[in-house]
Amino acid sequence: MNFSELANLFSYPFIMRAIIVGVLVSLCASLLGVILVLNRYSLIGHGLSDVGFASLSLAMAVGVSPLLMATPIVIITSFIIMYVSQSKKINGDVAIGIFSTGALAVGIIITALTKGFNTDVYSYMFGSILSMNITDVALSVVLSVVILSVFIIFYNRLFVVTADESFAKASGINVKFYQFLISFLTAITVVLGMRMMGTLLISSLIIFPAVTAKKIVRSFKGLMILSAVISVICFVIGILISFVLNIPTGAGIVAVNIVSMIIVSMVGQVREAIGIKV
Amino acid sequence: MNLIEIKNLDVLYKTGYRGISALKNVNANIKSGEYVCIIGNNGTGKSSLIKSILGLVSVSSGNIKLKCNKNEISYIPQFNTIPLDFPATVHELVLSGTQKSNMGLPFYTKEDKASTEKAVRETGLKGLEKRRFCELSGGQQQRVLLARALCKKPRILILDEPCSGLDEKTTADFYELLLHLNTQHGTTIIMISHDLINVEKYATRIIKLDKAILFDGSVSEWIKKRNDGEPI
Repeated sequence: MNFSELANLFSYPFIMRAIIVGVLVSLCASLLGVILVLNRYSLIGHGLSDVGFASLSLAMAVGVSPLLMATPIVIITSFIIMYVSQSKKINGDVAIGIFSTGALAVGIIITALTKGFNTDVYSYMFGSILSMNITDVALSVVLSVVILSVFIIFYNRLFVVTADESFAKASGINVKFYQFLISFLTAITVVLGMRMMGTLLISSLIIFPAVTAKKIVRSFKGLMILSAVISVICFVIGILISFVLNIPTGAGIVAVNIVSMIIVSMVGQVREAIGIKV
Repeated sequence: MNLIEIKNLDVLYKTGYRGISALKNVNANIKSGEYVCIIGNNGTGKSSLIKSILGLVSVSSGNIKLKCNKNEISYIPQFNTIPLDFPATVHELVLSGTQKSNMGLPFYTKEDKASTEKAVRETGLKGLEKRRFCELSGGQQQRVLLARALCKKPRILILDEPCSGLDEKTTADFYELLLHLNTQHGTTIIMISHDLINVEKYATRIIKLDKAILFDGSVSEWIKKRNDGEPI
């Protein structure tokens, strides 16, 4: 495939839709990812996407719109996971483990009993750029406006809640509100992104950019900005590669994220070895 | 003038079906300008007492009256509660201390930035503002937490074992800084400490806890009792 063919790709509406949704979802996921990774909730996205898989299977079985079925179920689950993790009786990782494997099992049972494993299920699990319609584009624009506004308006609050929960509580800040807000926004991001990225791979959008960026930044603000930039760049490269090589979209994007993480770690180590301080 | 009035305070923690009593019938008034040290062995309710003042644990019975605004109280937690790999600069962390519960939109004002600047200078952190918090030494980190607590210009400063894990010189400097705040700015200090030598040297009042109050009085009374060999 040469350059003009690659440029031609952008003239297909379905590819443009996929790129718009993908860029916006990657942006949102990377910002939420900073908070989730630093608060040790990084697997919440994974748990939620497995619940998303179960609701997609259910939607297919009963024949309703996948978004309509998945959105409320995933949001409710995100609140339950947050509530259970806070109650101290069960650790957050245990709660997520229970929900994700449980939901995956339910989804597989529903699929096996109804249509069996066909291409639809395959594309749900590993992602497909063909799945984005005009409603998804509209929803992802709304979502990203909401998430960006939340991060701009509540940036200072999110910082203090993430950095030091007990100090925030002692200052009279409603820590729980912000934790539930983050898990609510994560749920919506997961629902929007999971059909393109695949339910098994969407959580990578949350985890990788923050982890990669954390290796080279010194400030919280820097971490936010850099992980958003890394996330969007990796998405665009990943989707193009997945198209050129004809591999599932989600897998292509995760591969690019892994490569960028390795490169950044190596650059960091080389820099440390020759003694340059950032 | 009383700043905090504690009446018949009971704190009970629930673990499963049983309740574990952390504090029993505690009565105390904290006056403006006092330097109070709370002592006692582990598990005697010291942290529970200050956490109930801060509203971090719920009171089972009795009550705590604050005669000042809650925003005038600053807190330095026991262990460094900021994760060790947390990416934040000294400036970001200290500035975050200016946040109040009752502010409208949480944006920092010029005033907040000025008081941050002042707190950074007072705690001797000038020049380190752009450094990453986790690269600093233990003593410097402790001063960052103090600066964060100070930039709200608190009337009451509550500290939970602030010097655990610090060397002798750093500890001494830290106590001098607290003394300066107490005597020069009139900041009321409530501190949990195991370091009896420094408690006797700097505090004005000692409260010894073992779920209930075993001793509450001035440092001179405490020293007299100790010299008389009375069991406390």
